[in-house]
Amino acid sequence: MNRKFWQIPVSLFLCAVFFAPLSHAVIETYQFDDNAQRKRYQVFIEELRCPKCQNQNLSGSNSPIAEDLRRELHRMILEGQGDQQVVDFMVARYGDFVLYRPPLDKNTALLWGAPAILLFIGVLVVIVFVRGQKSQQQKIALDPLKLDADEQHRLDQILNEYPGK
Amino acid sequence: MGRLKLFIPLIFFAAMAGLFFIVLLDEDYDPQSLPSALIDKPMPVFHLPALLDESRIISVDDLKGEVALLNVWATWCPTCRVEHPYLNQLAKQEGMAIYGINYKDESVAARQWLKKLGNPYRLNIVDADGRLGLDLGVYGAPETYLLDANGVIRFKHVGVVDERIWQEKFKPLVVVLRKNALREAGQ
Repeated sequence: MNRKFWQIPVSLFLCAVFFAPLSHAVIETYQFDDNAQRKRYQVFIEELRCPKCQNQNLSGSNSPIAEDLRRELHRMILEGQGDQQVVDFMVARYGDFVLYRPPLDKNTALLWGAPAILLFIGVLVVIVFVRGQKSQQQKIALDPLKLDADEQHRLDQILNEYPGK
Repeated sequence: MGRLKLFIPLIFFAAMAGLFFIVLLDEDYDPQSLPSALIDKPMPVFHLPALLDESRIISVDDLKGEVALLNVWATWCPTCRVEHPYLNQLAKQEGMAIYGINYKDESVAARQWLKKLGNPYRLNIVDADGRLGLDLGVYGAPETYLLDANGVIRFKHVGVVDERIWQEKFKPLVVVLRKNALREAGQ
């Protein structure tokens, strides 16, 4: 059998399997007056989070509430409402949860601060580790053959076992 | 000291595992639950038909005057069926004013449901396209809001209201709000 013949369907199948999670579940098609409106809609459905879902944006969710919010979003964009108005509308109903980038306040301080704190801890660990290694290396470099009492004892034993060498 | 350093990851792991386990043991912990953005805000304005008499239009003013529950339900919601007998009991035994929002539902099926399972609601608002639900920040039925006598939202619970939830979460608030309402009425 020709090898190339079955390779095509198999690779198509594998592509389908791997890329399936990337294809979004949105089914409605909305009409827009122009491309700018369409673009704003796309940005919003990527940036806003579905309230029912744990971690999906509006574009990725099939839940009825996400459908409703997309419908409202479409209506607001056609009405020409500003970005801040759209965000305020969503936050007034569902809280900061709907924003993937919530504003910085005392509730979200840890969320925003954590990357910097973790980076700081990481750098600290690396510095301590590197310093430890260096002082170890320096010790060896200064006195490469320095053995402690145990090591000296074992070395003597081994040497005694092979007196000929 | 050198040896002890080796145990740092293990200690860290044990601490995290302990933390997660404590959260897991907490019965009230629900990762899906979302704090409501509408607490202490007035009930959103609406004008929607009543379920049992669609020529009648219900508005915010119809919900005022008494501390009340506002229950979001639908016939497609299995958990609402679980909750329903307890709402009947609350209306009957506690004399609680309960209003319903029939959320994104078929009105015919909803009327049949009330006929079959009993009607604890003083009024039912038909919210067929879910717009009132959206204004309320509803993200899944059943949801139950507690309104004070002035129609201000004071508390929200997502999920079944049962004896435990009622006693622990609603009742203490209801007692305080009723007292406040009496005091205001006396002035």
